[in-house]
Amino acid sequence: MFDHANALPPLPGVGYKPQHFSEILDNPAPVGWLEIHAENYMGDGGRPLAQLRALSERFPISVHGVGLSIGGETRLDPEHLARLKHLVRWLNPASFSEHLAWSTHDSHFLNDLLPLPYTDDTLTRVANHIDELQEAIGRPMLLENPSSYLAFEQSTWSETDFLREVARRTGCGLLLDVNNVFVSATNLGYSPQGYIADYPLDLVREIHLGGHDEDHDDHGAPLLIDSHGREVADPVWALLDLTLTQSGPKPLLIEWDTDVPDWPVLAAEAERAAQALARVNA
Amino acid sequence: MTTQSDFRAALLDAALPVPPGLLDGQGQPAGRRYAVYRNNVAVSLAEALETAFPAVSKLIGAENFAKAAGLFLRQEPPSSPLMMHYGAGFPEFLASLEPLQSIGYLADVARLEQAMRQSYHAADASVLDPSRLQSLSEDQLMSARLILAPSVRLLRSPWPVLAVYNFTMNDGAQPDAVAQDVLVTRPDYDPVPHLLPSGGADFVSALQNNLTFSDAMAAAGAEFDLGPTLSVLLSGGALSDIIST
Amino acid sequence: MSNTIKTVALVSAVAASFAAHATTATAMDKEKCFGVSLAGKNDCAAGPGTTCAGTSKVDYQGNAWTLVDAGTCASIELPAMADGKARMGSLEELERDLPAS
Repeated sequence: MFDHANALPPLPGVGYKPQHFSEILDNPAPVGWLEIHAENYMGDGGRPLAQLRALSERFPISVHGVGLSIGGETRLDPEHLARLKHLVRWLNPASFSEHLAWSTHDSHFLNDLLPLPYTDDTLTRVANHIDELQEAIGRPMLLENPSSYLAFEQSTWSETDFLREVARRTGCGLLLDVNNVFVSATNLGYSPQGYIADYPLDLVREIHLGGHDEDHDDHGAPLLIDSHGREVADPVWALLDLTLTQSGPKPLLIEWDTDVPDWPVLAAEAERAAQALARVNA
Repeated sequence: MTTQSDFRAALLDAALPVPPGLLDGQGQPAGRRYAVYRNNVAVSLAEALETAFPAVSKLIGAENFAKAAGLFLRQEPPSSPLMMHYGAGFPEFLASLEPLQSIGYLADVARLEQAMRQSYHAADASVLDPSRLQSLSEDQLMSARLILAPSVRLLRSPWPVLAVYNFTMNDGAQPDAVAQDVLVTRPDYDPVPHLLPSGGADFVSALQNNLTFSDAMAAAGAEFDLGPTLSVLLSGGALSDIIST
Repeated sequence: MSNTIKTVALVSAVAASFAAHATTATAMDKEKCFGVSLAGKNDCAAGPGTTCAGTSKVDYQGNAWTLVDAGTCASIELPAMADGKARMGSLEELERDLPAS
């Protein structure tokens, strides 16, 4: 419907929330694009689709799926694939992304991004499902790294090698969630800087930033939770700076999904992302 | 090996042990790290029900609602990734719950909230220009079919369901012990519940079943006063077309 | 005047009191019932960490638990509240008609 050249601009974006509709239209700066969760725009009509239509006339839109269950052991839900195909065809968004995770089992949707062991079997399955999705929507998708709270004994691949190999087999791009990197590295005791050093930054088409909460495991070790309910933490901004120095400017998204703040607070986070981009452009 | 069946089974059943093969970063058993996923699933589904059925939650209180939601989400997890549709079976479930039997109207209040949510996401439709009803001959009107918008919902209740809803959500008056039929319309984008006068539900139900105007009037009965019901339909943008035959 | 002629006149009169309705951009913005729009949104945020919300065993047995701290229903004084549906039974039991969607 609206052609945004199928690429997000290297500017700050925010996860769109309906309560910010008029403020985004009136005074979006420094926000240059918006991301929506695909599943919230799969109703038959009404305000959600009307708002999305109006926003898409002004902004490049990134469609971010949260329900396809790409890592699921069973086949992709054909009805959901059809809904994604319909949404992408109708909206012609600048980008489509999904998660390295599973969420559906025995036709029950569990409404969470559940973790995967990094094995040859998982790799084959994920690559096949991405092939199937890309075939359905007629374009390459971006695959996002998860927030991890635990590891699998059976894993034989590192996450960075796993993502690189999935991208090689399918031609998909990558969505690098820098907060997820920090959360997973803290929770599993590895270096977030080392992860970035191992990560295929040349495949990154979008970067996510979000706030996390702090908890503890049975042994009192820190356990960070990817809550998207507050400002991005300082060490995550530092990790972003490190990443941008190596990758160059990228589209940067602020995710704020719970305890959603008033627009000025969200715009201030986007402004901080704009400053990070300005530093790397300087 | 940890299969997704193992992982799934223990998610919603805390009596089961944490699945084997899950570790922290140092090779120790994952322990309560698995609880993060248990919490994400149970809490996110309970919150989805809470946001979908706020009047039910206020009527029975947060603690009772949490128990009812906790049972429902384990018995009926979502069958689709569209959370906007989750909880369609919740009214029937409430009706079956023994502890809630004394609150006879509760399931119908849940049905009203479900009807409003369905209406919100229903397909858009053109709105019938009222002037098209002004110049019809007797024959034309009687044989015509009025087409309802996809966002229209009709709820017939033996309880004062709308009065209970308004008492709970809008500081409405104390409900009287009367049966109420409710029509949900969606002028623009916001669903609005309207009380239907006597016979109004029969009339609207006949339109839903694609009967002619004349047959719908007959279904509503000899005592039916069309004016108020037609006003509700027109003011709510509930009619999308009129088809002459 | 026959009943149907009266009905034609009534329909015409009621219709005349309503103008054609145009959707405005403002309507797209101003939520009149915000709760409905918030109901059942998908997102990719994680919940409340390791709190006991999802990990405590469901120790209330099936559908036979005891109501606690009743909400606003306690202040609704329907005659039927004391003895359930019996008193309301005098009302016509109407068939429910919710179209599937």
